[in-house]
Order: sequence, then structure tokens, then C-alpha cells
Amino acid sequence: MSFMAKPKVAHPDLPKNSRGLTRRDYEGANSTLCAGCGHDSITAAIVEACWANAVEPRTLVKLSGIGCSSKTTAYFVSGSHGFNSVHGRMPSVATGANAANRKLSYIGISGDGDTLSIGLGQFIHAIRRNLNMVYIIENNGVYGLTKGQFSASADIGTTAKKGEVNNQAPIDPVQLALTLGASFVARSFSGDKAQLVPLIQAAMHHDGFALIDVLSPCVTFNDHEGSTRSYEYSREHYEEAVHADFVAPAANITVQYGEGESVPVTMHDGSRIILRKVDSGYDPTDRGAALARIRERLRAQEYLTGLLHISTNQPEFHQLNATPDMPLNQIPYATLNPGSAVLAKILARYR
Amino acid sequence: MPYAAPDRVNDFVIKIGTVNGTGSASANGLLMKAVFRSGVPVVGKNYFPSNIQGLPTWYEIRVTRDGHRARSGQVDIMVALNAETYARDLQEVTSGGYFLYDSTWPRPALLQMRDDVTVLGAPLARLCNENFNGARTRILMKNICYAGVLAALHDIDPEVIRALLTETYAKKPQLVDSNMKAIQLGYDYAKQHFDCPLPLRVEKMDATRGQIIIDGNTAAGLGCVYAGATVAAWYPITPSTSLMDAFKGFAEKLRADPATGRKNYISIQAEDELASVGMVIGASWNGARAFTATSGPGLSLMQEFIGLAYYTETPTVIFDVQRVGPSTGMPTRTQQCDIRSAAYASHGDTRQVCLYPANPEECFHFAPLAFDLAERLQTPVLVLSDIDIGMNDWMCPEFKWDDSYVPDRGKVLDEAELARIDKFWRYYDHDDDGIPQRTIPGVSSKGAYFARGSGHNQYGAYTEDSREYQVVVDRLRKKWLTAARMVPKALIESGSSAELAVVTVGSGDAPAREAIARLRAQGVKIDYMRVRGFPFGEEVEQFLEAHQLNFIVEQNRDAQLRSLLTLETGVAKSRMRSILHYNGLPLAASYVIDGVMAAVQDHARPAAQLVRP
Repeated sequence: MSFMAKPKVAHPDLPKNSRGLTRRDYEGANSTLCAGCGHDSITAAIVEACWANAVEPRTLVKLSGIGCSSKTTAYFVSGSHGFNSVHGRMPSVATGANAANRKLSYIGISGDGDTLSIGLGQFIHAIRRNLNMVYIIENNGVYGLTKGQFSASADIGTTAKKGEVNNQAPIDPVQLALTLGASFVARSFSGDKAQLVPLIQAAMHHDGFALIDVLSPCVTFNDHEGSTRSYEYSREHYEEAVHADFVAPAANITVQYGEGESVPVTMHDGSRIILRKVDSGYDPTDRGAALARIRERLRAQEYLTGLLHISTNQPEFHQLNATPDMPLNQIPYATLNPGSAVLAKILARYR
Repeated sequence: MPYAAPDRVNDFVIKIGTVNGTGSASANGLLMKAVFRSGVPVVGKNYFPSNIQGLPTWYEIRVTRDGHRARSGQVDIMVALNAETYARDLQEVTSGGYFLYDSTWPRPALLQMRDDVTVLGAPLARLCNENFNGARTRILMKNICYAGVLAALHDIDPEVIRALLTETYAKKPQLVDSNMKAIQLGYDYAKQHFDCPLPLRVEKMDATRGQIIIDGNTAAGLGCVYAGATVAAWYPITPSTSLMDAFKGFAEKLRADPATGRKNYISIQAEDELASVGMVIGASWNGARAFTATSGPGLSLMQEFIGLAYYTETPTVIFDVQRVGPSTGMPTRTQQCDIRSAAYASHGDTRQVCLYPANPEECFHFAPLAFDLAERLQTPVLVLSDIDIGMNDWMCPEFKWDDSYVPDRGKVLDEAELARIDKFWRYYDHDDDGIPQRTIPGVSSKGAYFARGSGHNQYGAYTEDSREYQVVVDRLRKKWLTAARMVPKALIESGSSAELAVVTVGSGDAPAREAIARLRAQGVKIDYMRVRGFPFGEEVEQFLEAHQLNFIVEQNRDAQLRSLLTLETGVAKSRMRSILHYNGLPLAASYVIDGVMAAVQDHARPAAQLVRP
């Protein structure tokens, strides 16, 4: 980690997005994670995606639980409100926040411990509600802040730094999300910014729960020979299923991507993501096929990455609850208050 | 020490014992309302099992011309419809009382168990079997039939009952006829076979004008609608569920656009209480008025999150409808057993603002107050009701709404205010009242801050610096002192120079007031205080210090209110003596009187000094 304060001065020639902001405008506080941590690469990818999507910082809300991953919400977009809640309970805070104001965009950062052990219940219920948010799991298979215990995503046979061998089957958040009916499911690798940035961009435009499970090596506790989350292991066992790129509505999508090589998917907000099929048999709109393919590759000890599943016709949380377009936190009290005359009428039934 | 007036007109207790799930609730409600509509004050208490069908259940109607609001502690007529509980039901009848049972199956042995109780047998099942078809109808009508018997016995006007049935079944008029037929069957049987009316009779009065009959959960749910709450998150738990049902029911009618079906509120059934309070925190942080309702086990689960809300200074409104603990306890019985765990909810140095309503009227008015305080103080506010208040039928003055009410959103900086200031510091004490300024997400990047449960300094940044940490927690203590000036003051009745006082909280109010009235009538000089908020205002300590002996009346085993008074005031423990009631039934005035009199007689000084001739 660095103890030097970041200078706030930006070079005048830094490229600006359509909002006139540079990448520096999407940065946050200095990271306090270990040098070389995969999580910092994910933070950088989020900064890049927010810049590329020209997000207005005040409209973004950052939420997290507890753990190394959950600290990172402080490290990007300092112009956004953030809430670092309690261990495993970020989804409920995100649900409440989203309930109060549907117009803001919500990004939750969690880890494999925060999501798959203490927070498993809230995680799956956020999926079930199809809460409109981006949910990133920074997945390193290990508890970092408490110094190296296995997490629920650790593979069988993984050894801890001190030699202990894990013999319990892992929980795979991607398969779990698919079986629960999640509407956007992706997996990536923290060291593959070219894939991760467009996935985050697409997830931010998805209306509903968008999960990105990002394999993120822990350099301190899980980057050794017995680990299946090391940089070396991940790079060797990595298969890209679909390359997703995100193009803002203003851009011309057909110019950049040739016919025949891509499957375009129209998002709710009119923007489109283009899926380039690396494996021509893969259809990300087919949930069953996605699960089968993921399992098949897992049997071969390979992580299938990319946009693994998307469905754009599932009603999200607010649609399911029939709330108005105006955010609930902005409805004037005069509209909410029935008044004294109505009260008298109501109470007449209690006489 | 049960109390009975010399003549029993408009002053007696009917208790009805039935089997859960047989539909007796409507008959009991009908009877109670009929007395109420006759202008006579009533108290309704429901003792029900944690069960859907099959276990014994009782309903008690106290007819009280003096307008008391508690149980009296006696039973003048027992309506026994559950053969399984005949023996204990008969034992419970006060000497000189009556025992009405279904004589379709005669129980001659019963007649000999108590020679001081008059046994009345009415063949309810036979009457209904002869006059109605279908098993379900016969069971339902048997209940209405006993209401008819009681109408004759107690001289309740059948026309009042007819009017009530007509209102209830406005959309199904055929049900009015069948119900009235059952009423008439019972009424006529009683007239022919018993000496009607009994001395325990209803005589029309004019003492219920401007009053309503309502339960505290309905009142609190309605209060949340009026408070402008838009986000409700909850997990089903007895006895708080009906509070949320009420909120949803009223909001569905008052807040939904009939044309589009879009709703100006959201009700989220959470996966557990941890999630429900997390949702409230998220929604409140994001600027909505949000609340949850729960009971003891749920409050235990919420502890960690309550600490987060306390330390991040996020408004959080929680209704805790207390039930018997510990653990699962007796979920349908009443206690005031969360006083301590609510006051000090969560680990670390935390103290929580609590409100203690005593009746449905206060449940209604404390709802907007809870939101105002939570937003003004930026902290959790726990409203501690209980089963007695929340689920029983209370006669209380019709609620009035002040149309000039404006929600107090507290120190929230809007975009213009943020533009004027140089820098926004989330946890800085600008006003020297311990309350910082707050911003809502989405308004301005200038107001952006990072809420965290980890150590933070007054500017809102992460810290592990000892001094910076202490600045914030010391300010939180200052805020606590500010809170003591904002919560509702204790209600005090002390005109005399009494050395004795009764101090209580919440549902202890009604029995304590009745006890005080009776004690004073017997010449005991005694004052009264009811605590309504935590932290305690200075008036609480002053009152306790001003009395030689304070009887702390509460409904738990471990004297939780007395513990709080001991910890939070400088009053000597010897000045506070407990009267504790914790069997799960609502407190009766007689229990308080007995407790006071026993102590008075035990007191070091002769009782004569305390009791005036």
C-alpha cells in the first residue's frame, strides 16, 4: 500500500468522456490492500468502466460488506456516496437503498467469504428479487483479513499457505446464480481488463441483478503452488466463452463488429451489448446450456469466462413491486399524507 | 385483591373459553362492540395460544362504568365452551359468579365442584344442530348463539347487535339473518330458562362518545402511513405481523393509484430480521422514511445492524412488539422483557433512543414522532409496544391528526446548501448539540461520503487514530444528552406531598392508574410517574428523588426498567422497590395494589404513617 496522498491535479491532455471527465475523476482514496492484489485491478477496471460509461458520479451508489474486497468501494469514484455495511449483509442495505431511489445506479462489491458464507442468504434473496444492481464478487478463495482461512469457494484439494488441505466442495456463485434465475451472470479474471471492463459496462446498463464473479488472486495468502486461485493457475486454466463488448447508444455498433461473428443483445435502456462468440456453440440466452457448458468446463478444471447468461425480459425489483417512476424518497409528504378528514373516515369503522 | 363494586351494573367481567380455530373471535368482538355501542366503557383481552387450531383460547370482556382500561383480575361469568378446560375455568370464577356451559352434553359432576358459583347450562350445540345445516355453519353459529344467551343474561339490547351485524355484513345481507337467528335462539332460551337479567347487567350510558375500539398494532401501522413512511421491510413474527398488515392494508387503500396500480410505498418481506433492518438502514440512509416491526427474537438478530446504524448515524425506526422470552418463549403472551436489550442494543458503547407507548393512541402518535426523532438525531429509535397493547382491543379517544404537521427531516443538506459551504464534513459538530449534518445520495458529489462501521474521524474518513476515534464517540455522547431533551417527557401526577410513588412504563399504565385510584380511595397518599422515553429526562430523576419509596411496576422477571433507572440516574437503589409481573398475562390493577399494600405493611415504619385513616 502507498502512504502518499494522491495529487488531485490531472494532466490537461488526459482524455475526457462525454461528460467532460477524465479517468482521474473516477478514482477514489488510495488502496490499502497488498501490492499486486487482484482486487486493485478490479478497482481499476471499475474506474475505467465508469469513465467509459460516462457515469455521473453523484448518481452512483457504492455498497459493500466486510473483508478485503469490501474495502475497495472507498478506492473508486470518490464523488459517489458509499456504504461499507456489516459482514455479509450488503445486499439488504442495497435493497433498502434501491427501494428508496430507483433512479440511482448501485454497485456492490463483495468477496467470496462475504457472499458465499456469512452472506449467502442475502445474496440469493437479492437475486430472487432481481434487484437492479451490479454485484461484483472479488473471489480469491481465501479469507485475507483474518490471514488465510479457506473460503466456501476454495476448490477441493487446495492447500492453505500453512499446508492444510481443503476437502469440502466449493460453492460456485455463478452456477448458484444461474439456478436461482439471475438475469445477468458473468465471470472474469482480475488480470483480464480487456474482458472485465466491458462486462462491468454492460452490467451497469442491465435492468436487474447483474453478477460478475471475478477470480482475483490473493498475492499474500493464495498465490502459491497448491492454490487454484493463483495468478499462474488462473492463467493456465482459463477459457473465454464469449467476448462481450459494450457500446454506448450513441456509437455505431455495426462498424466495429462484423456480422456472423457476433450476437447482439438489446438492453432495457436501449443500449446494446455485442457478444462475440469465441465458441460458436455457446448461446448466453440459454440458461440451461450455459449451466451445462460451465459444468463441462469445470470438470476439465477450466473456468468459463465472459457473459455466461443474460435475459433481458425479467421484471426487476421495482417492476415487481409496482412502485412509481418517481423515487420513493422524492414523493412530497403532501402526497403521502392522507390528512385529518380521511383519518376521521377510517376511524369511523372502529366505533 | 380483586375488586367489586357493591352493585354490578356495568361493572363485571365476562370470560369466554373456547377452542382455537372455531371462529369465536367474531362473536366475542360482537359482544364487546355491543356493550361499547350501549355507551358503556369496555376492555377486551385476548389470551390465545401459539397455534392455528385446537388449543384452548380465552377472551375477556371487562364492562367498566368507571372507564378503567386494564384487567380487573377477576371473572364474574365464565362462558365455558371447551370441555378440556371446564375444570380450570370453573376454578377461576370469582366467588358469587356464574359458569355458563354447553349442556348438550350435561356434566352433573361440574355442578358440585363449586357451591359458591351458579352453573348455567344452555344446549348450544343442540339448538344449532336443530336449526342450521352443515358442520362448519353449526360450529360458527354456536358462537353467535352464546352471544345471544349473554345478551339476555346481561340485558344487552338485541337491536344494538342487529345494527352491528348489519354493518359487518353490509355486502352479505343473508348473513345478517342467519346470525340474528342464532342470536335469537340463545336469547330466547336464556329468557325461558334463566332468571334474566342477572345482577351483572348492562345499562345504557353515554360514556363512549368520541371513543374508538382499536388495537395498538393497527394504530401504529396507521401512524406510519401518516408519518410518510414509504419503505417497510419486515419478517413475519408474532406479535408484530399485524402492525405490518395494518400498514400495508391502509397504504394499499390510500397510497395506490387506482388507475395504474402503482404504489407510493414498498413493502418488502425480507428473508430474516437481519435483512429487514438492513433494508431499513439502506433506505433511510438514502433518504426515505423506512421502518420495520419485530419482536424479541427479531430484535436479538438485529443487534449488529443496530450498532451500525448508531455508529454511522443512520435514522432507523424499529417497532418492537414485545412477547414473552427468553428465546422463543411464549410467542402469544405479553411481557416487557426487551427494555434492557433495546436500550443497549448492539456491542460496543451503544445506547439507543426508545419510546414506550402505553396504549393504541400513543402507538399512533409515537409513529411520526419516532421518524422525527430518528431523522433529527440520526440514530435508531425503538418503539417498544407489547402484545397487550399491540393485539388487544382498547377503547381510546378517537385519534386526531394535525394537518399542519411537517416531517422533521433533520439536518439534511440539500444541493443549494452544499453549494454554499466550502467542504462537507459528515461527522462534524457544527451546532454544539452533538448532531452532525447529513447528505442524501444522488444530490451532489460535494456531499458524497463513505458511511462505515469501522473507525472514522469527524470528517468522515477512516481512522485508527486514538484521538480522532474519541472525538467522534464523545460527540455521540453529547448527542445522547441532546436526545434526553427531545424524547417525550415522563407523565407525572404528583399534586400531594406523598412519600410513596408508583413508577411504570408502557402497558403498566392502565393497571397502575386504576391501582392508584383505588389506593387513594383507601387513603394511601401516592404519586404516579410513567416513563415514556429513553434517555430519561431530568424530570425522571427528580421525581424518584422526591419520593421516599418508588414502586417500579413492570412486566418482566429481572426488573429491567429498575435496572435502567439505577444505571442512568443517581437515585439510590433502596428508593426503588420492584413490583414484577411476568406470567405472560396482562397486568391487573389488583396485582399492583397487593404489591404496594404488602410493601407498605412491611415497611420499617408503621403502616399507619403511610395510610391515612
